[in-house]
Parts: sequence; C-alpha cells; structure tokens
Amino acid sequence: MARLVINIEYMGENTMNTKHRTWFRLLALLFSFGLVAAACGGSDADDGGADAGEATETTAAADDEAMSDEEMAAMDEEEMADDGAMSDEEMAAMDGPLRIAVVAPSSKDDLAFSQSMVDAIDALDREIDLQITDGTFVVEDAAAAVRGYAEDGVDVIVAHGTQYGGSLAEIAPDFPDTTFIWGTAADTLGLDNVFAYYPAADQGGYVNGILAAGLSTSGKIGVVGPIEAGDAVAYIVGFQNGAESKGAEVSVVYTGSFGDVALAAETATAHLANGADVLTGTAQMVVGAVGVANDAGVPWFGTQANQTSLAPDIVVASQVYHWEVVLEEMLALRDSGTIGGQAFEVNLANGGLVIEYNDAFDLPDDLRAEADAAVAGIIDGSISTGA
Amino acid sequence: MSQFFTLSVIVSVVASGIRLATPYLLASLGETIGQRSGVLNLGVDGTMVLAAFAAYYTALKLDNLWLAVFVAFLVGLLIGVIYALITVSLHAAQGISGIGIFLFGLGFSDLLFQVWVGTPLPIPSKLPPLGIPGLSSIPQLGDALFRHNLMTYGAFLLVPVVIFLLQKTTFGMNVRAVGENPQAADSLGVSVERTRVVAILLGSSAAGLAGAALVLQGGIFQANLTNGLGFIAVAIVYFGAWRPLGAMAGSLLYGVVNAIVLQLKAQGTIPRSASDLAAMAPAVITILALVFLAGRVKAPAALTKPFTRH
Repeated sequence: MARLVINIEYMGENTMNTKHRTWFRLLALLFSFGLVAAACGGSDADDGGADAGEATETTAAADDEAMSDEEMAAMDEEEMADDGAMSDEEMAAMDGPLRIAVVAPSSKDDLAFSQSMVDAIDALDREIDLQITDGTFVVEDAAAAVRGYAEDGVDVIVAHGTQYGGSLAEIAPDFPDTTFIWGTAADTLGLDNVFAYYPAADQGGYVNGILAAGLSTSGKIGVVGPIEAGDAVAYIVGFQNGAESKGAEVSVVYTGSFGDVALAAETATAHLANGADVLTGTAQMVVGAVGVANDAGVPWFGTQANQTSLAPDIVVASQVYHWEVVLEEMLALRDSGTIGGQAFEVNLANGGLVIEYNDAFDLPDDLRAEADAAVAGIIDGSISTGA
Repeated sequence: MSQFFTLSVIVSVVASGIRLATPYLLASLGETIGQRSGVLNLGVDGTMVLAAFAAYYTALKLDNLWLAVFVAFLVGLLIGVIYALITVSLHAAQGISGIGIFLFGLGFSDLLFQVWVGTPLPIPSKLPPLGIPGLSSIPQLGDALFRHNLMTYGAFLLVPVVIFLLQKTTFGMNVRAVGENPQAADSLGVSVERTRVVAILLGSSAAGLAGAALVLQGGIFQANLTNGLGFIAVAIVYFGAWRPLGAMAGSLLYGVVNAIVLQLKAQGTIPRSASDLAAMAPAVITILALVFLAGRVKAPAALTKPFTRH
C-alpha cells in the first residue's frame, strides 16, 4: 500500500512537471520570438518589406523580354487613356524614388565613418528611398545584406567598408543592372557596375595638424588610431606631417580595434601622462578618447563627421566627409547609362572634404587664418601633405 | 624605454590598468560563482552591454549615477532570471543558450540605442575619482591605488566578499557541492536547482554592474560597447582556476598589460610596425597562462552539465 501511495505521488509530480515544462516551453517560444524581433529591429533594412515586394514585381516586369518597347509604350498609352489625363508629377511618382541601400560596419549614428555616408545620402538632391543595415561587424553578414538588397531590386547599393571588397567581387557580377558603390577604395574591382570612392583624408589631417601644433603649449600631441588601415592611416599621416611642419612632436598609437571605447580612453590618458596637451583620433571608438580630453580640458580634433556634439567645449574643428559630392556624380552617370567602372576621390578642392569649426571654441584668428591658408595651399598644389 | 621607468608614467600605467581591470573583475567574479555551481554563462557580454545601455540611458536622462548603477543591476538580474529559466528549469544546453543571451543583449541594446538616443551623447557626469583619506596622499602610491571611483573600490572589495560567500557560508558550500556532484548534493537535501538559480542571478547581476562600470567610467555608450569584454571575463574565470583571487589576478594582468602596451606605444618604444602584434599581447599572455595552468587546476566536475534527478 505504501509503495502504491509513493507511486501515485510520483505520478502527481510527473504530471506537474509535464505541465510546468509545457508552460516553460511556451515561454521559451515567446522568448525566441522576442529574440527574432529584436534582431530584426536592429536593421532598418526590414522597414522596407513592402517596398521589397513591389520591387520584385517591377523587376519581374522588366525582365519580361517577350514584351517589346513598342508594346510597353502602347500599353502605357492605353492605361493613360483609361485613367484619363495623367500629369507629369503622377508619371514621376509612378517611377518612384531611387532606392538606395547602405551596408555599414558601425552604427549609422556613430558620429564617424558610417554616419558620414548616411548624412551624405540624406543630403542628396533627389527623392530617395533609403534602407540601412548598419553594425555589420561580420563581413559575411554584410555580404548577405548586400545580396539581399540586390535580390530585392534595390537600384543602388553602397557597401561602406573597405573590408567588403572581396564579397562585392563575388556578388556584383550576379546583378549586372544594379549599381554597387564601394569604399573606401580606389579601384572598382574591374567591374562595370561598381563605383568606388575614397577620401584624401590626409588633406584635412594636415590642416588639423597645423591647428593642433598652434594650440599646443607643450609641443606634444597625441593621436588615437584604430587599426592601421584605410583612411585612418591617411588622416594620421597628414595630421602628423601638418603638426611636425610647425615643430610639434606627434605620438601615434593604434589601439588595434575599431570598437574598443575603453581602450581608446586609456590611450588618450597615456598620451596625457606623456605630456600631450592636444589630442585627435579617428574611427568610431574615439568617443571614449573625446571623454578623456573633455575631462582634462584638452583640445580635440575630429575627422569623418562633425564631433562637436560630443564635447562642445573642447572640439576645435572636424574634417567632415561630404560623400554627397561624389555620390551626385555617380548617380548622374547612372542616369546617363554608366552604372559603374569609375573611382572618385573626395578632397578639399571638390568640397568633399570640409573643415568644420566649432564656433564655441575660442580659436585665435591668426591660427584660423593659417589653417585657411593651408587649405588654399593644398587646393592649389603649393602645399604637399606628404601622404 | 627609459621614459617608461619614470614615477609619473608608472603611476599612470598602474592606475590605468586598475581602471581597465574593473569591468573584467566584476564580470569574472560573478561568473566564478555561476561556474562553481556548474553553470557556464557565455551570455556575460550580452548582459553587460544591455545593462551598460540601461545605465547610460538612466544617467543621460536623469543624471543620477547611483540610480544608473541600480538599473544596470536590475537588468543583469532580469537577464539572469531568463537564463536560469532556460538552462536550469528547461535543461537547455548552456553553451548555445549563453550565446543566445549574448546575441539578444547585443542586438537589443543596439536597437534601443538607435530608437531612444541615436547620435552618441556623453552623460552629464561620470563617476568621479575619490581619494581614500590618509592613503591617497601617499606620494605616487596614493595616485596609483587610492584615487579611483567607487565602483572600482567596490569591485575589489567584492573579492573577499565572494571568497567568504563561497568558503564560509552554507550557500557557498551548496554552490561548490552542486558544481562538483549535484546528485550527491541532491541526495543530502540540497536543492540543486535553487542553488544554481541563485548563483546565476548573482553572476548575472555582477555582469550588469560590470556594464555599468564600463559606461559610467567612459561616460558614453555606442553599439557593441563591450567589444567582447564579457568573453574575456569568462576566460579569466578559467585563468583564475575558478577562485575569486585568481579572477582578480587575471583581471589585473589583462588590464595592466593593456596599459603597459598602450604606454609603450605612446612613447614610441614599440615601433608602429609592431603595433598590431603588441595589441595582441594581453590575449596571448592570457592564452599562455591558460596553457600553463592546464592540468594543474580542475574545473568544477559538473560544469555545463544540466541536472536531472534520477
């Protein structure tokens, strides 16, 4: 009898366990949906789900080779007749905005590399349907996003990262009617549907270097760099040459990371311990270094995007990338039938690089004049940045 | 190289190393408790970054640093509840569940940051350094060791607290028992599930505090702020042989080596051509230490093994 009671108790416990497990599994399922929703939410790419569907239909129609241009035109006229009068505006609306997608390695609001491209596309003087996949630290993720946009029929895809070149070389040939824009890079991978762009970051770096040397009283300047690659190197070389042309000593530290904010902060601290009294840096992790400069009241020079909002009291000037200058040229070429095959440089001469000053910083007039003269010298070729 | 051996530079390096070690120490102490109970949590990094965002947003909007710390602690606790539910109650594999938590924390913190903040803004005030009366005025040593923020002091004070918890309390004895032989502990009346849940909650809360320390020391947040720091904290637990003092030694080693490398680079002692190699130094030293310790220390026998009553 006792054994029977125990068995019944065990059965009761098992039934309870089964019920609990069912609830737990339901909770786990809900949690999984939450995870998926969170993951999807991180990318603006999915905001355009309906658009993607429309684009697929459009592509299918365009690919219908059985229908000649004349038949298409006749059909359009017939539809217009059916609908009554259609204005030019309505026709333009039917074409829809230009669909552009950006795939970027860091946050679109990073006040640095990725934001510079998003701001540039926002500044374009045409109707744009912009989709963004940012934070693609992993190149394979970026490649999947690029291919996904191409399959969705996006008109122009910007692969905003040198590291995406290998993936683009594989993907772009599969979509010969899509324009791919890749940078920072000086070559188009030998493909007719790839435009490339790169900044002459050494130019603004040189100007910032002259300003930094003018503000330094110790004659020592610290640079916080990420990994020694791409436009970071160009900026730092230009900065170093500019500062050294005025007799300053420049210490450069590459932290080995684009994202380690704490390490960037400690690098800035190390520079200060070594007597530096002016700092600069490049890439998205510099937000940590700017904080250290702000605490110490030390002037800071930015690059890629305007970093004044990070520390309005100590940011002196920022070299800002205005990619829209070359994007406009690329899109104009695309309108005329050339969908790639050319590389473009943004620089001080074409307005793609601009030194933006923080008006709240009390910069001596003579120093400002010296910087303006350096800009003019770089543009007319009388000054070499040494890069 | 001679520049390095000036007192002011050495003081700066030690202070920098301690600051860098703080988030590692908090996270690895918490993970030590969890792993001693037999639960591996690879979601530390995700918990940290989500808690860091919570602390950042609270500080940004309310300018209340201690409330920010508390909110980060709560976020860590909440993630701990979820992780305990998945791994202890549902007996899911710990490795993949932890990676799920990591990805969730990474993605969700980025989503919230983009929706609620967008462009990075510094918080109105950071954790200020506080000198310990009497000690901070000791020449050089005071600046290096006794002029840090309260979270740094708290992290190092947690070391004896965790030692006491694990070695001198009934709960600590239960934690060690369920981590070594959960069946035996169960047969002696110890609730394996309850003990592991509490250990996970403590560990996850500590990870939340580590996130708060990171953001309140730096004063700013950006996507993927932790940058894999939580995974290094898990490695430090192995390095420290599952002991709080070992976790402290590992955290300090990682922080100080990083600080030395940065200082030598800033002085130009390490040539720029060797810059990337030098950046790997802390990780390489940690791996070498792990190799050296392999076979000399024993992991908790039930680590990563879900408990099922037979």
